[in-house]
Amino acid sequence: MSIKDLFKTNKIKNKARISMKREEHDVPEGIMTKCPDCRHVELTKDLMKGLKVCSKCDHHYKMTAQERVEIFFDEGTFKSLDDHLVSINPLEFPSYIEKIQSDIKKTGLNEAVLTGIGELDGEQIVVAIMDSHFRMGSMGSVVGEKITRAIEKATELSAPFIIFTASGGARMQEGVLSLMQMAKTSVALQRHSAEGHLFISIMTHPTTGGVSASFASLGDINLAEPKALIGFAGRRVIEQTVREKLPEDFQTAEFLLAHGQLDAVVNRKDMRKTVSTIVKLHVKEAQ
Amino acid sequence: MVKYLPFEAPLMQLREKINELKEFTANADVDMSKEISQLEDRFSKLAKEIYDNIQPWDRVQIARHPERPTTKDYINAIFDDFIEFHGDRNFGDDEAIIGGIASFEGRPITIIGHQRGKDTKENIRRNFGMPHPEGYRKALRLMKQAEKFSRPIICMIDTKGAYPGKAAEQRGQSEAIARNLFEMAGLKVPVISIVIGEGGSGGALALCVANQIHMLENATLSVISPEGAASILWKDATLAQKAAEAMRITAPNLKEMEIIDEIIPEVLGGAHNDVVQQALNMKMVLSDSLEKLKNIPADELIENRYNKFRAIGVYTE
Repeated sequence: MSIKDLFKTNKIKNKARISMKREEHDVPEGIMTKCPDCRHVELTKDLMKGLKVCSKCDHHYKMTAQERVEIFFDEGTFKSLDDHLVSINPLEFPSYIEKIQSDIKKTGLNEAVLTGIGELDGEQIVVAIMDSHFRMGSMGSVVGEKITRAIEKATELSAPFIIFTASGGARMQEGVLSLMQMAKTSVALQRHSAEGHLFISIMTHPTTGGVSASFASLGDINLAEPKALIGFAGRRVIEQTVREKLPEDFQTAEFLLAHGQLDAVVNRKDMRKTVSTIVKLHVKEAQ
Repeated sequence: MVKYLPFEAPLMQLREKINELKEFTANADVDMSKEISQLEDRFSKLAKEIYDNIQPWDRVQIARHPERPTTKDYINAIFDDFIEFHGDRNFGDDEAIIGGIASFEGRPITIIGHQRGKDTKENIRRNFGMPHPEGYRKALRLMKQAEKFSRPIICMIDTKGAYPGKAAEQRGQSEAIARNLFEMAGLKVPVISIVIGEGGSGGALALCVANQIHMLENATLSVISPEGAASILWKDATLAQKAAEAMRITAPNLKEMEIIDEIIPEVLGGAHNDVVQQALNMKMVLSDSLEKLKNIPADELIENRYNKFRAIGVYTE
């Protein structure tokens, strides 16, 4: 083996190690979990008890849609809607359906959003919870349709509509059909609003692109989890366009709050109580 | 001078040959008129062949043609008494979107559109037709004004997309676009949108929540530019041509998907070849649309708009 070869193997090893590290961060599996932010290691069991918030630095881990159902609703009240919708491949992109199928297996969801009806401290609410573990939470026809149906359900029941967003934006593989889901969900929200019903948008990490530029920003009340990345254009795109380094906190929930784009940044531990209070203050009979 | 696009090269060569012959006939003592008329025949046939087999990427090139007519060109050609109104009343005036009131066939209307520049200087002023939030907020202000005075709204879409900049994010680019989608859904007056050039993503959609959407024959409407799609899907921006086909972004594609209502035919080779005729083609479709929407009550207009967007999407149950 020459000296050159030695360096080659090292390179490959390095790459492999980086990708493994990432996986460890994103999916808290196994007995111990290391915080990607402060590297604090804690028992996964304890982390779950703490709503997947790092006990040392307050880092909010990504959550699956099912995990949010568990921590948000009154026990046993959640009923999912439209689990039977399945994406098709309108632009015939190679391996698109395979990728969808593999994410269905991985997440137990039919698409990147889980919708349903349930109770929050006894009040009936309709929710949509996006899950970034499914195709980065990207929005294609099924995501748009499920959210629209959930909004329509909320309007029909005169119930508040609440969404947890987590999405990279519109889904490339469904082309302009994905773009149009922004308009579809927005017209449904307009009708919900015109009837005088409440909509609370809760932005979680990450909420970007077409999702940020449609329903995520349209809440009567817009909330976000701490440090969540929220924005229209990607950081790299902006840096290339304006040719300057962006501040560290650019497009974080705190940045948006400071620029007047959010009603509040709410820690996950306080989210349930906050939303429940807002809902209670909007109950028609109370007014 | 009209510039030729790459796919038009064979035509350009033939035209040059014809011109050479004509010059030769004029200066020499030989009559070549028969040959010339033969070549002219061949020219028309070749032109038909090329434009009948036009590829998506060719359309993208036409839509991006530097001399392609802009919103202003159509306003000047189609409407009377146009008065431009400026500003969003909050931050500033974004010249990437223009708007105002005018008269169309004797009736007052509000017209709003993306505005590219014709040269570098104007393009810098207009940010190449890529709006900031205040552009969308100006558009919304003018739409609300139109609603108050029961004027139909006509939007022209011609943008690579909303501007991806630091200031745009600070001032709420996402919210500005989302707000337009939301508010346009509830407008009590007819809204007609016409995609006249490139329709890039959310920045284009923010003027598209209309009762009727039309597209010029060579215009495009897409979730991302072909270059962007290629770099995300295949990590290679040079595959833009392939992406333009795969993403189905042309007017015929969108008509087939039942997203748009009418394709407005373009003059041979593209709108830049005859702005006056192109404006007439647009005027006809616009006149039809306004006539159709004229007597529809407000709640039905809103209902129609709802149903139009509600129906978009493909899946199995």
